[in-house]
Amino acid sequence: MQRRRVLQYGTAGVGALGLMVFVGWWRVDGPGTPQPTGQRPLPLSAMDFRLTDHEGREVGPETLIGSPAMVFFGFTYCPDVCPTTLADISGWLQAMGEDDGELNVIFITVDPERDTVEAMAEYVGFFHPAIRGWTGPEEQIARAAEGFRATFEQVTTEGGDYTVNHTASVFLFDATGRFVSTVDYHEPRETAVPKIRRAME
Amino acid sequence: MKKWIYANALATLLTVAGLSVPVMAGSEDVVLEDAWSRASIGVNRPGAAYMTVRNTGDEAVTLTGLATPLAMMPEIHETTTNAEGVSSMAPAGEITIAPRESVALEPGGLHAMLMRLQEPMREGESFPLTLMFSDGGELTVEVPILGIAARGPED
Repeated sequence: MQRRRVLQYGTAGVGALGLMVFVGWWRVDGPGTPQPTGQRPLPLSAMDFRLTDHEGREVGPETLIGSPAMVFFGFTYCPDVCPTTLADISGWLQAMGEDDGELNVIFITVDPERDTVEAMAEYVGFFHPAIRGWTGPEEQIARAAEGFRATFEQVTTEGGDYTVNHTASVFLFDATGRFVSTVDYHEPRETAVPKIRRAME
Repeated sequence: MKKWIYANALATLLTVAGLSVPVMAGSEDVVLEDAWSRASIGVNRPGAAYMTVRNTGDEAVTLTGLATPLAMMPEIHETTTNAEGVSSMAPAGEITIAPRESVALEPGGLHAMLMRLQEPMREGESFPLTLMFSDGGELTVEVPILGIAARGPED
């Protein structure tokens, strides 16, 4: 009788342990894994989206393969982060001198409603000439953001206007389209330029 | 009766003194440095202005609002970037600056957001921006407008 009870408890214990291990696996490695934030972007060759550049040309991820690329998201109605990022990038490109000719530098808008091809052309014209602006239908921009593991969300502001929260990192890819690293928002030139050079090797 | 009048007069005097003395305490010790802004494209997009607000006094001061003829809705906003690299922007509310401390309005952090521009911000020009404090004090600074790609006051 005593022995039987021990056996029962033992079985229950093993069962509970097994369940815990299973739940742990499910949540960490199994199908229940939460989508990790800050995931690495896909290789450009695995992305699929169709956009238009600021000169009206049809572009997609394949446009960027063959040269190293620097890609970031933003919008032209953004008063603080976006001009700062574009100005920082212009500064990095200047610091790199002649190397910049072989680099694709792409600014993808997260606000296609206001950022038409014309608006993008006017805006990028104020920054380094290597910077190209891409826009397109919202659903294609969403596909692009998904590939880069970037997020964006429209937020209404007072007065009925809106702003767009978005990933502000700059993504670096090598010439084969493989993701190399990110340059964080407002990273100093001393660390940003070596990162860009590494992507270009 | 006489006593009562004296007391009343004293109370009035104290009230007046109480109102007038602290009114300008604090904000007259504020110094605004290195103000700058970026040129705008037209008037549809909001502008941003930056500066350092230094409290040289011995009392905390609270920045409550902005005014400028350039924009209908100037407001202090704050950009924050979270661990996932997502940037967002929201009104910062009132900003208290401790004695002998300063607050930097700079790219990627606090900034004077200039909504509903009345005219384009043209490179090479400047505009007055008034900072209003909780003690009723106001300070106006002339903000130079630099190029769209400017990175700081020295650009």
